[in-house]
Amino acid sequence: MKVAVLKGGRSLERGVSLRSAARVEDALERLGHQVLALDVGGDLAERLIGESPDVAFVAMHGPGGEDGTAQELLEILGIPFTGPGVAACARCMDKALAKHALREAGLPTPAWFSFNETAFRELGAADALGLLAARIGFPLVIKPSRGGSALGVRFAASEREVPEALVSAFSYDSQVLVERYVEGRELAVSVLGDQPLPVVEAIPADGDRYDFEARYEIGRTTFACPAELTEAEAEAVTEAALGAYRVLGCGGFARVDLMLGPDGPGVLEVNATPGLTDTSLLPQAAEAAGMVFEQLVERILTLALEPVSV
Amino acid sequence: MRSSAMRDLMAVTARPEVISLAGGLPDTSTFPPKSFAAQMTRIAQQSAAEALQYGPTEGFEETKDCILQVMGAEGMLPDSEDVIVTTGGQQAIDLVCKTLIDPGDVVICEAPTYPGAVPVFCSYQADVLQIECDSDGLRVDALERALERLAAEGRRPKFVYSVPNFQNPAGVTMSLERRRRLVELARLHELLVVEDNPYGLLRYSGEPLPPLYQLDGGDYVVYIGTFSKILSPGIRLGWAVAPPPVMEKIVLGKQASDLCTSTLTQYFVREYFAEARWRQYVEELVEIYRGRRDVMLAALREHFPAQARWTEPEGGLFIWATLPDYIDTSDLLAKALGDDVAFVPGQAAYLDGRGRSSMRLNFSGVGDSEIREGIRRIGRVIDEQVALYSALVDTSPGAAGDETRNPGQNLFKSRPSDATGADGERTPRGGDVLPFRTSGGAGG
Repeated sequence: MKVAVLKGGRSLERGVSLRSAARVEDALERLGHQVLALDVGGDLAERLIGESPDVAFVAMHGPGGEDGTAQELLEILGIPFTGPGVAACARCMDKALAKHALREAGLPTPAWFSFNETAFRELGAADALGLLAARIGFPLVIKPSRGGSALGVRFAASEREVPEALVSAFSYDSQVLVERYVEGRELAVSVLGDQPLPVVEAIPADGDRYDFEARYEIGRTTFACPAELTEAEAEAVTEAALGAYRVLGCGGFARVDLMLGPDGPGVLEVNATPGLTDTSLLPQAAEAAGMVFEQLVERILTLALEPVSV
Repeated sequence: MRSSAMRDLMAVTARPEVISLAGGLPDTSTFPPKSFAAQMTRIAQQSAAEALQYGPTEGFEETKDCILQVMGAEGMLPDSEDVIVTTGGQQAIDLVCKTLIDPGDVVICEAPTYPGAVPVFCSYQADVLQIECDSDGLRVDALERALERLAAEGRRPKFVYSVPNFQNPAGVTMSLERRRRLVELARLHELLVVEDNPYGLLRYSGEPLPPLYQLDGGDYVVYIGTFSKILSPGIRLGWAVAPPPVMEKIVLGKQASDLCTSTLTQYFVREYFAEARWRQYVEELVEIYRGRRDVMLAALREHFPAQARWTEPEGGLFIWATLPDYIDTSDLLAKALGDDVAFVPGQAAYLDGRGRSSMRLNFSGVGDSEIREGIRRIGRVIDEQVALYSALVDTSPGAAGDETRNPGQNLFKSRPSDATGADGERTPRGGDVLPFRTSGGAGG
């Protein structure tokens, strides 16, 4: 099969995407496919039309590749692609939108408010910050609504740390999320087709948080897969993850990130094009389920070529 | 945000539409292609076999003659036996570290320091101590106190790494008085000083100062030079000058690393210097870069907010700007990249997370109009951050008041009262902490 691997682009997660794609390309070649590596730019449509691949493997992260933009183009061109469809991508990319959908469906997600820059600049939302903090309670996590790899994610332990954290988060998006920080274990459940893979736990070294560095630097974080959970915990976590995957309309594959706190699991976000680098969580989960990386890639391709069932 | 996040951001800066003030790039478009073609043709016609062969680990004598000319232009007269030709100045830094550092050894450098030296120090597992700079370069008084404190702990630093001229990234130059004192301290403590001088000949205003190597006579100073900024970084030719016991080890290290520096580019330098026009070319570069520095300084005055401070370098390639301390320049870079402009976040010049509100701006790599446009765009995103922050704090009393904002986290902050020396002591006078001199230094 002729497989176009879409990677790179203008996103700030370009580097991560290139690392994911390199691994996918190797695997595809070992599987005997013809690989067409496309660093996404102004000539993407032209190249896709010219090359007419059988299927596109979307290995892009962040806005442009993970938010439904590239997927929309692939739909117009009639090229099947890996991962969730346009609507699901758009919902997953915008954490505020996703959390509204989760809450409406009765799925657990930490309390939050979201703002755009206009609210502060023109509506005096700063006056409501104190109230907001009182409603949610410290510590807070402040993050860009659309962004990945923990870029621009800040913690605020008290009110005076809030403005600086907001300035940081607004550097990445015009919309930010102010969310209650759930003290607990950082878990991820990858879903392949409609099958949840074993739960992965990220255990940051020396008390660090699981930030960008911890994500992509080998040795910075240890992972437990399957995570050591009681049967009831594992069930609650998997159920919340599958619920989130379905509510957001995901298909193909995706990764659901959760915190497991004293009150049970809370869904933080769903990644429509999860990382596939050496340190990424989905490949680890697949391995724990007995799939080597090539098998994972082949399965993702097969799912992309199946008729849409959602 | 740490190194790998920064690396990923920097990967985005390589897009062709981005105005990059991030690199440390000299402008190689000023080198005449015709003359390059003539030099390479002569090599092909007269010495093809030799130029394509291995060469001595220490480098060719003819290359060393060129090096002695360059060092002579700054008043230094080393013995040719003390010189080794390296694959760029970067390899010289690497070889010095390889030769001298055992894991856990203390290395002292400036704060901020050359971002490219940081990964080298880290890869040899040095315990790096950064000493504050001000507008007169390394704070040698703070160094003295640090040496005393280390001695009390029974620790001896392996060397002090310094870029005394137009420092990368801060753009500041070490005063003569401090140079003398540093060399004195080196003798007193039998301490090696590694002097990295890539920009010494690129002076745009003020009087040249003697290199540490010249003041010391080469006993305690290991000197690092390069052709990168006066000719071409693409030829990867630099050098180190060291006393014989250190040089012996450097040669062994070089042999292990790459046997010898590119023979072909050594032949090129030989041909180029034989034309005896190299000083004239440096003068041309000085003219161009002086103009670009002045364009950048003017653009900074026009487009950066009143709270921003920056250095006014007398030479070299860089200006170091410091913003209000609630602005994180790594986040700012993410925003600036959306406007297709890039710089180096200050954190890259520290090993401990400081420098968060500073940035390094390069003025040599792009032309006047791009410098103006680049600074205008950066100024615009800073204005947005400043306006947002004001909107956030003006109405929430007690939120991020001056006294509560990350005290001590950023040493180059805009409030002198918070300035803290790198040695952990309060600076006696905040006024001489970088980058307070915002005028009067430019001259040209």
